[in-house]
Amino acid sequence: MSRAVVTVVGEDRVGIVARVSSALAENGVNIEDISQTIMQDLFTMMMLVTVDESRIPIGDLQKRLAQVGGKMGVHITVQHEDLFRFMHRI
Amino acid sequence: MFINPEEILETIEMIEEQALDIRTITLGVSLRSCADPDGKRLCQKIYDRVTSAARKLVPVADGLSAKYGIPIVNKRVAVTAIAEVAEASDLSDYLPVARALDEAAAATGVDFIGGFSALVHKGITPGDERLISSIPRSLAQTKKVCSSVNVATSKAGVNMDAILRMASVVKKTAELTSENDGVGCAKLVIFANIPEDNPFMAGAYHGSGQPDIAVNVGISGPGVVRAVVERYREADLTQLSEIIKKSSFKITRVGELIGREAARLLGAEMGAIDLSLAPTPTPGDSVAGILEAMGLEKTGAPGTTAALALLNDAVKKGGAMATSSTGGLSGAFIPISEDLGMIDAVESGALSLEKLEAMTAVCSVGLDMIIIPGETRVETIAGIIADEMAIAVVNRKCAGVRLIPTPNKSEGELAHFGDLLGFGPVIKVNSFSCSNFVTRGGRIPPPLTSLNN
Repeated sequence: MSRAVVTVVGEDRVGIVARVSSALAENGVNIEDISQTIMQDLFTMMMLVTVDESRIPIGDLQKRLAQVGGKMGVHITVQHEDLFRFMHRI
Repeated sequence: MFINPEEILETIEMIEEQALDIRTITLGVSLRSCADPDGKRLCQKIYDRVTSAARKLVPVADGLSAKYGIPIVNKRVAVTAIAEVAEASDLSDYLPVARALDEAAAATGVDFIGGFSALVHKGITPGDERLISSIPRSLAQTKKVCSSVNVATSKAGVNMDAILRMASVVKKTAELTSENDGVGCAKLVIFANIPEDNPFMAGAYHGSGQPDIAVNVGISGPGVVRAVVERYREADLTQLSEIIKKSSFKITRVGELIGREAARLLGAEMGAIDLSLAPTPTPGDSVAGILEAMGLEKTGAPGTTAALALLNDAVKKGGAMATSSTGGLSGAFIPISEDLGMIDAVESGALSLEKLEAMTAVCSVGLDMIIIPGETRVETIAGIIADEMAIAVVNRKCAGVRLIPTPNKSEGELAHFGDLLGFGPVIKVNSFSCSNFVTRGGRIPPPLTSLNN
């Protein structure tokens, strides 16, 4: 199992959390932690998730969520957590 | 959450708005096992070795790019200096070897393959001689092959015979690729103190002290550094250095992460992380842009060398904290093409060849992608190369020279080298002669390393 960070940035509207969460559930992705805030007037949500890469590799999950985000006009990225650990922790 | 939201957003902003990427994963491959008296068998062995060692490079790089959400722009291969591998063969010309490398690069899908190289800082062997003679046609008749020749070291001094020889190779290469403004020369670097593990082209080769297969990574972050320098307009230079160090640390950590993973997946050793700021033609992803954000009206203005010295040092200090595998060139790239700010500085008359030369004394990369008038004499080209080699040898650092005497173009005109290598203006060259100096030949002895005043 791999841990990844899902980031959603865009204009706030009804149903963002619901749609992203259901897309994650459809792919067997478990949400471990979630936080959301408004930064620079934009809705910003970050999720720490666990991905079974034998079921869906992180790259494919990124493509799937990009489609979901595209329909709602929000930008979604999925990146393995190690990227952030490496960059921001000594 | 273990990482705070600001940090996550900072990373995403770096990638999406400031053009942070991995500039290259370069697989160094030893070709020592390929030597063969039969030229055809030699070429076949080289092709087989490269295609087998680099078979997974492109898929692995693409997979890592998707996993971490970070672009990996180039995938490249660097091989043992061909002059050393081919010397035992019956080939009198190494063009067939260049073709084998080009075909292997195409088969594996890599962008460039480097190592059509020779090291001749103290003298030239028969294999070196054949390689050097083959360079112009090899670069004209292949697409992805890159060549480099080391003509000076701090231990051996500066080989002026080799420099003069290479100056005529540069000229000939430009002439053979005149339909593309001399693009062949964009694939040829003349070095002092050539690094054995440099991931950047055109100067990458797999040195003799390297493991069988190694992964070397080049990072790219001028856009990120420029953005933070712009954000802190009131910072004094001490503070600015601290700020750049922190950015460099983060950028380099991405290279370290990708390098480790790539080495593991490719069954190779982790080689070098090159702490260079490599600009791209993307607006804002410019080393000149950083210098100008530091307070210069244009790159080339008085103060430019000092600003570059601060930048280069801070990048190395931050990067050295982020990885224990520093190597390659590790400096700021200041090419005239590929960097829109540098192009603008030359076009506006702020930046001259002489100022560029001064800048290379404080950053390790040398005179890179300098487009000079096609009519520049071979002896003058040799003089420009010799000056740069002297700077590197005396300062005990690496420097490369990549000069493009664009045929039929003169000062101020634009030369275009195609999608991969960009474009740039032809720069003015001092017209006074150095002919009687460079044609003396011989070797400038290595400098004294004591009596440092």
